[in-house]
Amino acid sequence: MKPIISLSPHVHGGDSVQRNMYGVCMALLPALAASLWFFGLGAAIVMLTSVASCVFFEWAIAKFILKRERITITDGSAVLTGMLLGFNLPSNLPIWIIIIGALVAIGIGKMTFGGLGCNPFNPALAGRIFLLISFPVQMTSWPEIKQYMAYTDATTAATPLSLMQTAIATGDASVLEQLPSLEEMLLGAMGGSLGEVSALMLLLGTVFMLWKKIITWHIPVSILGTVAVFSTALHLWNPAYAHPLAVLMSGGLILGACFMATDYVTSPMSHRGQLIYGVCIGLLTVVIRNWGAYPEGMSFAIFTMNAFTPLINTYCKPKRFGEVKK
Amino acid sequence: MKTFKIGGVHPAENKLSAASPIREAALPKQAVFSMFQHIGAPAKPIVKKGDVVKVGTVIAEAGGFVSAPVHSSVSGTVSKVDVVIDASGTRRQAIFVDVNGDEWEDAIDRSPELVRLSDRPELDAATIINKVKEAGIVGLGGATFPCHVKLSPPPGSKAECVIINAVECEPYLTADHRLMLEHPEEILVGVSLIMKAVSVEKGYIGIENNKPDAIRLMTEKAQAYPNIEIVPLKVKYPQGGEKQLIDAVIGRQVPAPPAIPISVGAVVQNVGTAFAIYQAVMKNKPLVDRIITVTGKSVSNPSNLLARLGTPFQQLIDECGGLPEDSGKIIGGGPMMGKALLNLDVPMTKGSSGLLIMRNDEAKRAEPDPCIRCAKCVSACPMGLEPYLLATLSDKQEWEMAEGNDIVSCIECGSCQFTCPSHRPLLDNIRVGKTTVMGIIRSRAAKK
Repeated sequence: MKPIISLSPHVHGGDSVQRNMYGVCMALLPALAASLWFFGLGAAIVMLTSVASCVFFEWAIAKFILKRERITITDGSAVLTGMLLGFNLPSNLPIWIIIIGALVAIGIGKMTFGGLGCNPFNPALAGRIFLLISFPVQMTSWPEIKQYMAYTDATTAATPLSLMQTAIATGDASVLEQLPSLEEMLLGAMGGSLGEVSALMLLLGTVFMLWKKIITWHIPVSILGTVAVFSTALHLWNPAYAHPLAVLMSGGLILGACFMATDYVTSPMSHRGQLIYGVCIGLLTVVIRNWGAYPEGMSFAIFTMNAFTPLINTYCKPKRFGEVKK
Repeated sequence: MKTFKIGGVHPAENKLSAASPIREAALPKQAVFSMFQHIGAPAKPIVKKGDVVKVGTVIAEAGGFVSAPVHSSVSGTVSKVDVVIDASGTRRQAIFVDVNGDEWEDAIDRSPELVRLSDRPELDAATIINKVKEAGIVGLGGATFPCHVKLSPPPGSKAECVIINAVECEPYLTADHRLMLEHPEEILVGVSLIMKAVSVEKGYIGIENNKPDAIRLMTEKAQAYPNIEIVPLKVKYPQGGEKQLIDAVIGRQVPAPPAIPISVGAVVQNVGTAFAIYQAVMKNKPLVDRIITVTGKSVSNPSNLLARLGTPFQQLIDECGGLPEDSGKIIGGGPMMGKALLNLDVPMTKGSSGLLIMRNDEAKRAEPDPCIRCAKCVSACPMGLEPYLLATLSDKQEWEMAEGNDIVSCIECGSCQFTCPSHRPLLDNIRVGKTTVMGIIRSRAAKK
């Protein structure tokens, strides 16, 4: 026997990239079930197209353009990007638009920077924002729920977020009476993108990720807390601003706070930094939603803070052992 | 339950030999004594080929203040003064003794009777420290820092309490656990001696709660020692790290170097060291043997052996059923901080707390993936450092930035690498950076 020589530690905890990536995918399954329940066939087509094209583009770019020997589509990160992109799209979006979105997400958002671990921005968000700006009509007309066999032919309706912005713009609080009830919002019975329906299912997935130690509480709690505090203050000042619970459960807020902003690669490394990042995302989201050009501010808020992540990492260090308070 | 506040991990405990009582290992045919069994200046041989030695005879004297003498652990004849490859994989000066019989120095009291502090009222601090120094005692937890140095606080600092490290947070190792179960009284007397040596009124023994039997027994025996408190601790690695233990037991954090434990009033010693101090002071017995855990998943009889220093590891593994067929790696110490050995000819030293045989399939590292910046290494680091950053800075040879990010505070516990989902060799890189930065700091100080 010739003993193996290596430095300590000689044991490993058994965690892996796959375990984390597929863990997040698992955590998204309850929400996926909810969107299949509410949007039927359309949701299935959008999700399958998104995942399949993201995986395909990662494979094709790694093999033919970057000419890599080790192709990493099995690590789960392309599947996850595909799922997250799908969750950010309306269920009546044509296939060709989804494919363009996936190409931007994987091609520009991820592989141009060197692939897994190197991208400064969340790839799925890059894809979504590209589509939102390039195809604003298709990206902002959401079908009504429970049209099981419908796809691009589905009838569309106003979403809670557009009602909220109308109420603020007109100063007429009675518009808010058209909002779905809080119970309906919790379960997801409202229009929106695939992952913007059931708050309950998304929170269930978040609890799973916290339990499996895939993420820590810092980012989701700081985002949701900031939005809750800010929108409560606005609601108390002027009832034309919607009830904070309606704000929290509508649009992509929970999806963004728990699944998009927590993306490992593009969020800060220290807990202190994560709290700053989360609070800023929360503030930006409320500002864009209420006073910006788009009714949904979550993706822009996260995208903006992704850009600040390196800066936060440089100036916001974890508390060193024995550090003396200055 | 108490524990340290920042970071930490919980590796699989694998305490295979916890129920195996301490048994005496057979004498080796030849014992080999490295002159580098401690941190500090190497010991200087004072014997030559042909000299006859007994168990307890001084064969090498301390090479300075931060150093320790070496005693023969066997009786016989010095066959040569040569070099040996020790546990660190380095060639070291060593004394080889061919064993003949088992004759002990007359001054050593080998009877099992307990000698209490009250039986020796004449003992004072200086006598105790001198005894410890002459007995060649070093930190037996594995750090091997000469014990008398720690017992002589630098001027201007004042010890307030003694903390005994009975945590044994390394997976697999059970030597300290068995020692507490089999020699609780001797340990308590040893702790009293340490307290007397540094003249403090308070002693703590920190034990992780995966050893409930030891906590129970020590608590019961400590009733008779009102100044010694047994502190059960939550199981978390690296609780046996000196700074982590002080934080866990008395809630004080030792600041970054050059601060040392005494800066917050604590003197930390390992439980095995306390036992050795008892033997040295009360029984006049120098450090010639120690308890070592010989273990591994494929080892047929994982054991805790009381073995003479200088015994080759090959003999210890033979006493536990021999080297298994599927062995891949031999580790001196535990799996988190131990060193991989070149072969089994390496002799056991004062710091040998364990001999771990890992199977071939456990011994190989996985291929590293790219860093996904998950920050799990940051959460795991018990020193509040950023391992991902330090590893990259070391790799890019950005020494100034590495220093600015406190690389010298790294205690090399390996929690970052243990936890990394991408299996990145974080600590490998950080070690290179830490060593280089420490060298830069030293040369800067020398220029001044």
